[in-house]
Amino acid sequence: MRKLCVVLEDREVQDNPYKPEMWRIVRRYPLTNDVNFFQARSVDVDQALRMNYLPGQFVMASVLGEGEAPFSISSTPSRPGLLEFCIQRVGTLTETLFSLKENQTVGLRGPYGNGFPIDKMEGKDILIVAGGLGAAPLRSLLLYVLDNRDRFGDIAYLHGARTPGEMLFREEFLQLKERDDLNCLLTVDKDDTGQWPERVGMVTDLFKELGGIDAKNTYAAVCGPPVMYKFVMQRLVKLDIPKHQILMTLERRMKCGVGKCGHCAIEYLYTCIDGPVFTYWDVLHMKELIGKGVSSDVIA
Amino acid sequence: MILKMKKEDLSAFLETVKEWGELWGPTRKGERVAFERVEALSQMDLKAARTIIPPKKLLYPPRFTMFDFDDEGYVERTGDVPNRILFGIHPCDIHGIQIMDTMFLEEYKDPYYAERREKTLLLGHSCIPDEKCMCFATDTEFIAEGFDLFFTDLKMFYLVWVGSSRGHDLVRMKPELFSRDIGKDDILNYTEYRKWKTSQFSANADFTGMPDIFELGYDSSILDELAEKCLSCGQCTMVCPTCNCFNVVDEVELGSVEGTRDRFWDSCMFREYSLVAGGHNFRDKRVDRLKLWYTHKLQAYIGEFGEPACVGCGRCVATCPVDINVVTVANALREQEVGK
Repeated sequence: MRKLCVVLEDREVQDNPYKPEMWRIVRRYPLTNDVNFFQARSVDVDQALRMNYLPGQFVMASVLGEGEAPFSISSTPSRPGLLEFCIQRVGTLTETLFSLKENQTVGLRGPYGNGFPIDKMEGKDILIVAGGLGAAPLRSLLLYVLDNRDRFGDIAYLHGARTPGEMLFREEFLQLKERDDLNCLLTVDKDDTGQWPERVGMVTDLFKELGGIDAKNTYAAVCGPPVMYKFVMQRLVKLDIPKHQILMTLERRMKCGVGKCGHCAIEYLYTCIDGPVFTYWDVLHMKELIGKGVSSDVIA
Repeated sequence: MILKMKKEDLSAFLETVKEWGELWGPTRKGERVAFERVEALSQMDLKAARTIIPPKKLLYPPRFTMFDFDDEGYVERTGDVPNRILFGIHPCDIHGIQIMDTMFLEEYKDPYYAERREKTLLLGHSCIPDEKCMCFATDTEFIAEGFDLFFTDLKMFYLVWVGSSRGHDLVRMKPELFSRDIGKDDILNYTEYRKWKTSQFSANADFTGMPDIFELGYDSSILDELAEKCLSCGQCTMVCPTCNCFNVVDEVELGSVEGTRDRFWDSCMFREYSLVAGGHNFRDKRVDRLKLWYTHKLQAYIGEFGEPACVGCGRCVATCPVDINVVTVANALREQEVGK
């Protein structure tokens, strides 16, 4: 008998894509009643500076013993070193996140997802429409285009919240109104303070104030609660913005972020790899993307 | 490379290669057959049409630990996987493993699957189809690649396909059992075998045109009718050779900061599958979950890769307690009528 000699191929040396790296919370404070703002910096200094990402991408965040969940990045890669998130308290994992103090660590891995197609958006007019928590990923895009102001045409930012107290980054966005290179329009459904200096009404009402837009030269980016999409999409289509230039970023349950666990599958796409940024055309031909309301109403 | 081996030599061959790693094969347990660790060929049942669970359970265990963690960070748990020789896998299951390879070994390579895949040799064996087999409809009844060795039973002899360098290494451990002496009779026997196998199928399965039929019938009441019966038990996904979904949970000892991050099979039939924090469920209704599974198997995967994510093994047919499976669903959509 010959000597046993089954030769296995060398296993490639590679990183484990599921392995979280430790990041330190450097700042945490409330933005609203149930939303906290987090700034995090990698424990590994090199990684803190190396971390590159696109607006619209997300990370998987691990909290010791509580598991892992996806969170969109609210900061812009044009300001490297820190990652920022705005996180709503909705379950046990976020409950624990809210109990963490500065200097405590969380596990992060990523960035994941396609992000906004920044290369294609350059040179174009940018129209951003945020509803409620939708401001979390869209703030990344807004800050990015403002930090690279010369590379974009007209910029409009439309943001609706239920009440002034529930508007994320309220002071930051109110300050943006001072700028003359940006059309920042803010609205609340209801002013329960009596001191709200801006509009009261639906985010769709803000479209009246946009004036004329150069539709073919415009990229629109939308994020908000499911109910908002239907009405905002109708407006954008009516404005004649091409379907593939209407972008939206979606939420799904995810357990891996790298196209393996299956939870975020929509037909043949994975929200984590092929999304979370999709175009309006994707929504029209993929039935499950947003739901019946948006996809079946518009044929023409 | 195709070699020839006397049937009575198989036992001695497996005895020899067993020294490289654990030998696993289909073993009978009463009515059912399962892949189990064995010591000898005599413990295997090579006539059974299918095992309850496909061989994915060895490459991707139902539950395992990914990381040990404490407040310092996460430490990968790999390296404790034994060498294994998996004997008696049928063509459908090898096709299934190839689909799993696409899922796990391409972009963002999964190190847990990769390690087990690397340390497992696949020794295929020809099969005797039963009335539930439908690999003829998914074009998976024969296999040309993806195995290390493949044994086709031609009564007196085996024809042995050598499919990889590693398979060739196994042959070299006992070369005197193999011959290159393949003659006219062997070729005629093999032609006859293929004809015989093709004639054995009786399942009423036809997946031609399924992507379009699915698209056309997506909102029809047919899927609602089927969903009425569905128990959301998830057995179809557990037994499917191409179902790869998983869930991840952290387990901690009470009062400790140490724990493990464990991964286990999940099912898109479960209600919580698409539930996000805050309570919104993207697939709250059973029909939404059925649509996801069947569009994935019979429509979406074809659009992406040109072939269905069904390998025709018949396990969902054998397993579903209320007779919802790829055959009944495809036929109901085509006929626009739910069978009996």
